[in-house]
Amino acid sequence: MSEEYVIQMKDITKVYPNGTVANQDVCLNVKKGEIHALMGENGAGKSTLMKMLFGLEQPTSGEILVNGEKVNLSSPSMAISKGIGMVHQHFMLVPSLTVAENMVLGMVPKRSGCLIDEKKAVELTEEYAKKFNLLVDARAKVMDIPVGMKQKVEILKALVRGARILILDEPTAVLTAQETQELFVQLKNLKNQGYTIIFISHKLKEIMEITDRMTILRGGRSMGVHETSQVTPQEISRLMVGRDVILKVEKDKAQPGKEVLRVRDLSFTNEWGKKMLDSVSLSVRKGEILGIAGVEGNGQKELVDMLFGFSRPNGGSIQVNGENLIGLSQREIRRKHVSLVPEDRMLYGIASTATIEENLISDRSGSPELNRGILFNMKAIHKETEALIKDYTVLCKNGSQQVGSLSGGNIQKVVVAREFSNDPALIIADQPTRGIDVGATEFIRKKLIELSRSGIAVLLISADLNEVMELSDSLIIMHGGKIAAYFEDTAELTDELMGRYMLGLEEQSPEEIRRVCHE
Amino acid sequence: MRILTTDFFFSIFRIATPILLATLAAVIGEKGGISNIGLEGIMMMSALFGSLSAFWSKSWVIGLLAAMAVGLGEALLMGVFAFKLKTDIILVGTAVNMIGSGGTIFLVKTITNVTMGSALTSTTSLITKELQIPSIHIPLIQDIPVLGKIISGHSLLTYLAFLLVWLTIVLLYKTPLGMNIRSVGENPNAASSVGVSVSKIRFITIGIGGILAGMGGAYMSMYYAMGWSLDMVAGRGFIALAAQSMGGGEPVGSMLAALVFGFAQALGIKVSATGVDSNLVAPIPYIVTILSLVVFALNQRRKERKRYRGAA
Repeated sequence: MSEEYVIQMKDITKVYPNGTVANQDVCLNVKKGEIHALMGENGAGKSTLMKMLFGLEQPTSGEILVNGEKVNLSSPSMAISKGIGMVHQHFMLVPSLTVAENMVLGMVPKRSGCLIDEKKAVELTEEYAKKFNLLVDARAKVMDIPVGMKQKVEILKALVRGARILILDEPTAVLTAQETQELFVQLKNLKNQGYTIIFISHKLKEIMEITDRMTILRGGRSMGVHETSQVTPQEISRLMVGRDVILKVEKDKAQPGKEVLRVRDLSFTNEWGKKMLDSVSLSVRKGEILGIAGVEGNGQKELVDMLFGFSRPNGGSIQVNGENLIGLSQREIRRKHVSLVPEDRMLYGIASTATIEENLISDRSGSPELNRGILFNMKAIHKETEALIKDYTVLCKNGSQQVGSLSGGNIQKVVVAREFSNDPALIIADQPTRGIDVGATEFIRKKLIELSRSGIAVLLISADLNEVMELSDSLIIMHGGKIAAYFEDTAELTDELMGRYMLGLEEQSPEEIRRVCHE
Repeated sequence: MRILTTDFFFSIFRIATPILLATLAAVIGEKGGISNIGLEGIMMMSALFGSLSAFWSKSWVIGLLAAMAVGLGEALLMGVFAFKLKTDIILVGTAVNMIGSGGTIFLVKTITNVTMGSALTSTTSLITKELQIPSIHIPLIQDIPVLGKIISGHSLLTYLAFLLVWLTIVLLYKTPLGMNIRSVGENPNAASSVGVSVSKIRFITIGIGGILAGMGGAYMSMYYAMGWSLDMVAGRGFIALAAQSMGGGEPVGSMLAALVFGFAQALGIKVSATGVDSNLVAPIPYIVTILSLVVFALNQRRKERKRYRGAA
């Protein structure tokens, strides 16, 4: 029966002008009123497929049917007129406009001929917000509202334009756990009202929780359609990456050695007088992974900034192997064998227009092995970078490819290849697997464990609870610029327990917390 | 004090007018995400064609309209290069500025050779009192002591410039077009995703700026200096960009910044007229500018702190 499908994409092939085949003979059939997952690793072709459905790209071959009728989606407005709405991963909102203004952008209600009818815009927004139970503050400026509300605005924007089919591109990537739960309730609510939702994600847990069926893409090809209730997470991950991803990380028990990183009473007040770090003390020893969990904005970023010399603390000390780090430049800090996998890889991790090779040697370009006189020893550089590309399985044509042209996961592999290979004593891994595909995530996690077991101290900061719990040997939770809890063994932990500390409902005694100093 | 006379305050508005017109062009441009550094060049070209057209047609109205049309045309041409052919807008602006300087003198020689028989290097002799953009003496207000002398008797364009500040606010914040301009400036993807034509809005934005800069140019050659001469705009287009940024990109703030620049220049002129060594007078506009930038920065900082505290 073809009538039950609202969307049929038949044998879609997309070849970009540069010869990249993004989709090959992909079929996607979405039933009316279902939540349909589109899964796949980064670079599997999900985004391209959805761009074609939203009229941002045109397929090279194949056809698209909406409600059984063949359509030519030449622009987003065309897709909108067919009842297709998209919530982009990067919000398509104008920060200085109000929620209501964003809602009506491009279809502004007018009064006395040429002026904006602000009142009508607000009424319209409130009407839709109420109808779909997506509560937003219509008069607030978008720049002042939290991320979760921005997403609701995006969904409402699509609905107000008459969308019956919603494409959500990794909607939970930016949300907190609570916001995610709230979103799921709202999505189910929309589904019950007869709306169809295409949900793009690579988070297995979410897919299992919310979707009815799924289409899995791998390398631009469809790996088939499955009923969510009929498949296990292991099967999905095998279909996605073509092998079993180890969801449970296997690691030996840590054999901590001597103290490498020693932070004592570190405090930092930002330029507006807000105390971001409040006498934080911790130690990381050789051969162990210390995890830092916490809701974002509770001092983790500031801590990393202090550790790597991006800003200066107001008080306290930082030592690595007994040597002070405060006041040193990044280069001097690196000389003390400290490596950083930065949170924002595009800004601090790589130079996106430079080549893979240049990025890989950027921290060691002055080393005698890579230079001959005043010039580079290109032969040595090629040799070193080729070895790194191979060791870290960076998927690329060769080392002279631009880093920016790689997928997120491969860019991150370039970063970790550099940071892990410069003989570190301490690795600071800040959100090392954020937004990258399952394969690269697994690789980086394994590598972190391997390195720690070889005697490197690892400080892992991650917003991904699963990651921080699975990888860390011991763990601290930060809240309000302080360490709220220290757990010597992560095995005893549950999400729920952690949540209470993360949200500041509970706090351990100073003595319990002090154990992280191993004194 | 011999400096703070009614004449002096009158001259602030007189001097600030072209800066203000160009500043509004910069404000609207920046709101639409366009850094138009070519305002200077547009003003120069408009100044030339304004004065020539006024002379040919024997009508200041036609001269003014021609200056505006030239400004619009030049701005749209910039748009073609910047938005259609994807040239960097700074490069396009630089080119327009160079044409504004070298191109005007080339054109004036070519054109006047044909029409007058001998080449002119300025059009100063062409603009007579009748071709000057008229001054307006406001009834009643001109009779108010002191104030009347300061705010009455200005050029039509001076009053229009201040009216345009208000119109700019209405345009940017009260009309759908203004909303589109702001959204294209802030997040063009957001605008295009809801069907706003980014390209069209950008052309409109830069076009409005061209018309405003054209009016500024007309003011220069058809009121302020009574004729065109080479490089007569003398950096006012750039000062407008500074005023825009000093005013935080908002119409009223930028207007005040333009007035500060007008004040500085007026002060320079006035002080030098009292016989003070010109070497001492020359830096006055710059010192005033630096001081006002400091005040602006401190004020901004305080505001942000307040905002931050409010949010925390």
